[in-house]
Amino acid sequence: MHMADALITPLVGGAMYIAAAKVGTDSINKIKDDMDETKVPMMGVMGAFVFAVQMINFTIPGTGSSGHLGGGMLLAAVLGPYAGFLTMAAVLIIQALFFADGGLLALGCNIFNLGFYTCFIAYPLIYKRVLKKGCSTVRITWAAMLASIVGLQLGAFSVVVQTMLSGKLELPFTSFLLMMQSIHLAIGIVEGMITAAVISFIWKARPELVESAGAAEPGGSKSSLKRILLPLLIATLLIGGILSWYASGNPDGLEWSLYNSTGQEELEQTGELHKKLSDIQNKLAILPDYSFKAGIEAPEQAGTSTSGIVGSVITLLLTVSVGIIIKAFTRKTAKNNT
Amino acid sequence: MGNMTLVYYKMFILDELAEKKTAIHRINPVIKLAVTLAYLLLVVSYGKYDISGLIPLFLYPVIILTVGDISLGPLLVGLAIAAPLVIGVGVFNPFLDRTIVFTVQGMDITAGMLSFISLLIKCVLTVTAALLLLATTGMNRIAAALRRLHVPQIFIMQLLLTYRYISVLMGEASRMYNAYTLRAPNQKGISRNVWGSLIGLLLLRTYDRAIRLYQAMKLRGFGNQYYGVSIDKLNKIDIIYLFAWTAFFLTAKFINISTLLGLLVTGVIK
Repeated sequence: MHMADALITPLVGGAMYIAAAKVGTDSINKIKDDMDETKVPMMGVMGAFVFAVQMINFTIPGTGSSGHLGGGMLLAAVLGPYAGFLTMAAVLIIQALFFADGGLLALGCNIFNLGFYTCFIAYPLIYKRVLKKGCSTVRITWAAMLASIVGLQLGAFSVVVQTMLSGKLELPFTSFLLMMQSIHLAIGIVEGMITAAVISFIWKARPELVESAGAAEPGGSKSSLKRILLPLLIATLLIGGILSWYASGNPDGLEWSLYNSTGQEELEQTGELHKKLSDIQNKLAILPDYSFKAGIEAPEQAGTSTSGIVGSVITLLLTVSVGIIIKAFTRKTAKNNT
Repeated sequence: MGNMTLVYYKMFILDELAEKKTAIHRINPVIKLAVTLAYLLLVVSYGKYDISGLIPLFLYPVIILTVGDISLGPLLVGLAIAAPLVIGVGVFNPFLDRTIVFTVQGMDITAGMLSFISLLIKCVLTVTAALLLLATTGMNRIAAALRRLHVPQIFIMQLLLTYRYISVLMGEASRMYNAYTLRAPNQKGISRNVWGSLIGLLLLRTYDRAIRLYQAMKLRGFGNQYYGVSIDKLNKIDIIYLFAWTAFFLTAKFINISTLLGLLVTGVIK
């Protein structure tokens, strides 16, 4: 399930589109440079592979429930980060167009959340690092597990940030964050296990596939800084994920954070100024709003006067009648033409 | 898994619908893409509690649907896929925002309820707009439109290939899955000891298939040019289409058409 359009504002959607496009163009250029022409059909068919694999249900041992694979890490491991990102992008575009899985405006967000963190952060910083000293089943398992978990946690965090910046949901930041991080920790573990199993198999059957992928290093940063930041990052994400799991299992903690974030004092403080500002903005804005909370208006403006309600009903009836008339008209012309 | 296959195959009906020859289908795909994106931006730019302002926007999907002769079935399936996520998070709104806005027949309507309904309407509008774009344009023409917009050829080629091969690979995965479940009838899903080999085998087969595919393409002269449908230049109808919808979108954004009509009607009654 990817992000829907209804959850974001044009500003957030647009910004993420730009980010995703930038990473995409860089990837395309990188592939063009060390152009291995076999890559293009490979990327296409691997994309279709992700679709196929997402249909398969895996029984999760011990829980009696099932889950399925996302695919980002697997793509990066076999194709390398750049091709992997582009393949993921193509998969998401088709999912958005055909299956309405993720909105068109939110496409930038989804591509970034599901592609960037797995291919350009989890893959180089974790997966490749672990496998630098050579492959073995144990190493592959560790690499795949950690990379999948981290990639998914970052992606989930990204979703929360984007939704919060858009302000369409009433959920307070902390509770939404806890919910998302804990759920995606579980998903990440499952995906890690599946990815690890698959990559191990491939490594035993065709080791050159696993060892040669991603020959192009994405960006060389200072390795000493990486050495410190990396364990810190992993530790933070793991602890955060585990903690949120426990926290969300505890109803009192959730109620407490809910109560505290929707208490009366907060609403009153921001009410007046926001109302005035969003009044002005909503009147002027045709193009994407240039403020984060532009979508929010005070409840009193909800257009709930009698004329508003009557008008809405009338408009709806009118719209439906337009549809019926057009349908009848086209049917008549079709009958006349045959 | 059988369910998912059905759903996925139903959705490919959308591309079949794209082969129809109605007035909407004939409009330039770049224009249709632009109008759809403008519509999406419009819908999500509405306020959190705005419901009456959104209602006139139903005109767009209704007209495309009827003039384009698209059946409701695939659209509803698409909504069924997209809706659960939005409902799942949005359903918290009425519980978290309890400011009472007005009372009707003794029932309190809270701001949370309004924002939830608004969210649902936006979800329906955005999802149907995207599906209608596909149903009236089709994957090949959308790819051609993207090419016109200077999306790199490599990416478009890859997008089209992914699209082409989904059915092939789904068939293969389906056969593997069936073979497995027929030999493990009491299991739900695939057990852990074969995760690696099942998917791994599929991946290896895919990999080899891709290499054969590339060689076949090369032998037939594939050389990184654009091979796809060509789009005609813009004509009068395309421009009129663009301007008509732009005018409607702007009007709907600046004037609350619902309230206007309501005022007219209630004024007449008085």
